[in-house]
Amino acid sequence: MSVLVIAEHDNAALRGPTLNTVTAAKAIGGEVAVLVAGSGCRAVAEAAARVAGVGKVLLADAPPYANGLAEPLALLIAARAPAFSHVLAPATTFGKNVLPRAAALLDLAQVSDISAVVSPDTFVRPIYAGNALATVRSNDPIKLITVRTSAFDPAPAEGGAGAIEEVPAAADPALATFSGQNLSKSERPELTSARIVISGGRGMQSGDNFKLLEPIADRLGAAIGASRAAVDAGFVPNDYQVGQTGKIVAPDLYIAVGISGAIQHLAGMKDSKVIVAINKDEEAPIFQVADYGLVMDLFEALPRLKEELEKAR
Amino acid sequence: MKILVPVKRVVDFNVKVRVKADHTGVETANVKMSMNPFDEIAVEEAVRLKEQGAASEIVAVSIGVAQCQETIRTALAMGADRGILIETRVETQPLAVAKLLKALVERESPGLVILGKQAIDDDCNQTGQMLAALLGWAQGTFISKAKIGDGKAEVVREVDGGLESLVLKMPAVLTADLRLNEPRYASLPNIMKAKKKPIETLTPEALGVDVTPRIATLKVEEPPKRKAGGKVAGVAELVDKLKNEAKVI
Ligand SMILES: Cc1cc2nc3c(=O)[nH]c(=O)nc-3n(C[C@H](O)[C@H](O)[C@H](O)COP(=O)(O)OP(=O)(O)OC[C@H]3O[C@@H](n4cnc5c(N)ncnc54)[C@H](O)[C@@H]3O)c2cc1C
Ligand SMILES: Nc1ncnc2c1ncn2[C@@H]1O[C@H](COP(=O)(O)O)[C@@H](O)[C@H]1O
Repeated sequence: MSVLVIAEHDNAALRGPTLNTVTAAKAIGGEVAVLVAGSGCRAVAEAAARVAGVGKVLLADAPPYANGLAEPLALLIAARAPAFSHVLAPATTFGKNVLPRAAALLDLAQVSDISAVVSPDTFVRPIYAGNALATVRSNDPIKLITVRTSAFDPAPAEGGAGAIEEVPAAADPALATFSGQNLSKSERPELTSARIVISGGRGMQSGDNFKLLEPIADRLGAAIGASRAAVDAGFVPNDYQVGQTGKIVAPDLYIAVGISGAIQHLAGMKDSKVIVAINKDEEAPIFQVADYGLVMDLFEALPRLKEELEKAR
Repeated sequence: MKILVPVKRVVDFNVKVRVKADHTGVETANVKMSMNPFDEIAVEEAVRLKEQGAASEIVAVSIGVAQCQETIRTALAMGADRGILIETRVETQPLAVAKLLKALVERESPGLVILGKQAIDDDCNQTGQMLAALLGWAQGTFISKAKIGDGKAEVVREVDGGLESLVLKMPAVLTADLRLNEPRYASLPNIMKAKKKPIETLTPEALGVDVTPRIATLKVEEPPKRKAGGKVAGVAELVDKLKNEAKVI
């Protein structure tokens, strides 16, 4: 067996989800190789080679790969896949965009968003917003899989000594051009890897009120997330959304503030170790999954929480 | 320009699904079924493009059992012009759906296919990308904005870090994210009109597509249940518990 992991990166650094995907690859077994496709991205290949458990890094350094466009990248993956038994990508917007395209080019099915490896051909994946867990077996000769990163610990970023092998670029179909991006900048930890997440919902009432979460997040070293309703209302950007169709998080502590607890929101956070809900409606469904429920108006609770945390230093 | 919109019949998003006692799947008998919410957004986008004059005809396609007709009727009531049902009792997986859609694209020659980004039953998030690959077309996935111009589509995509803009060559495949638009409710007169719009029925065999599933479901189980904990009386108790009981802060 040999597993190829598709690295997610920004040409300068490896992104966190790649490390969780390497752990899933190790759970399958066999040799683990990482494909780093980008432009001017040798530093990323070097970082990938240092990840514990990585035996080999394939480096495809060419302009068409600069922005992770699916069309050229899928052709490259399809060209490399036949040398492996498995090809894995993180189930992030990057992996979800490119891997199914590669799968179809190879006439292979894809197993999406696995949360456990049962054996090299059998995997567990959540369906129906996580309300059911399916155990599935892929009968295809090469298994293409996206990995739910919150279900696998990150592999240690150091300790490996993989060899870097340069591979040629595949054809560039030139179907799409990247014309810009608007990325949220934050000093806080990344939502999907943070140890603590505090999320606000429609109950926050405005984007300005999200400032009430900031000192608490700062004090706890937490990431800030949101429900879909809060994103749709324009309180915070789209990349804050936690849920079935947003980000899946499983931190040690998840604090839901002014969030009712719809199935689609729970799908993104119910695997958190400890859940706290702050809601003024004691009937809110979020309390059915919360370890600690606080029935209180959030505009009263948040300033007090800030104070108590200061005291508890 | 013609637009093809694939619409999937799924368990309504408000239903709390139950796993069957024999662990072969989830209970779908006597459960409310609806159009996949992302597909409603896709239909709405197509209708808006037609209203703006950027599209001339909208064809809604559904693949599955005979009752998928209802899903197609919903799309027709929202403004699609005609429907195609590809009838099969086989559980169609994304690769098979993509191959069926490719066969239709070859028949219908649309300039754009707009799908939902994800079906909320299988949560696969694959079909649009696979269709784009099979056609050799550009893909704009998880889009929250689309501007259709001359031979090109400018799209904004929702990505993990924020937003990304792409310019795609047409014809292209787009997949709709939640914030692309807010789907309309079909008005009563439009629901009546939709009853007269044509729906053609085809089969995978007639299209020459093998839809045999590649992935076998061995069992379906309930996820571990979370027990609700207690309520705390106030903020001080909460902080104390998080610190000394749960030991997470
Ligand atoms: C296809 C589909 C996909 C979806 N995907 C997602 C997803 O990924 N993520 C997601 O979150 N949602 C998703 N949703 C939406 C989901 O169904 C809910 O609509 C959404 O989660 C509700 O957000 P909310 O809890 O913030 O708002 P609401 O349900 O309106 O709840 C607001 C809560 O705030 C409380 N509140 C109000 N004021 C105060 C106050 N002053 N103090 C304390 N509490 C207060 C209220 O009691 C209430 O419980 C999806 C829906 C669909 C159809
Ligand atoms: N059986 C089907 N009939 C019609 N459209 C489908 C079907 N299955 C998937 N689709 C389309 O593909 C999208 C993504 O589905 P999936 O890849 O299964 O998550 C859906 O939102 C639909 O637009």
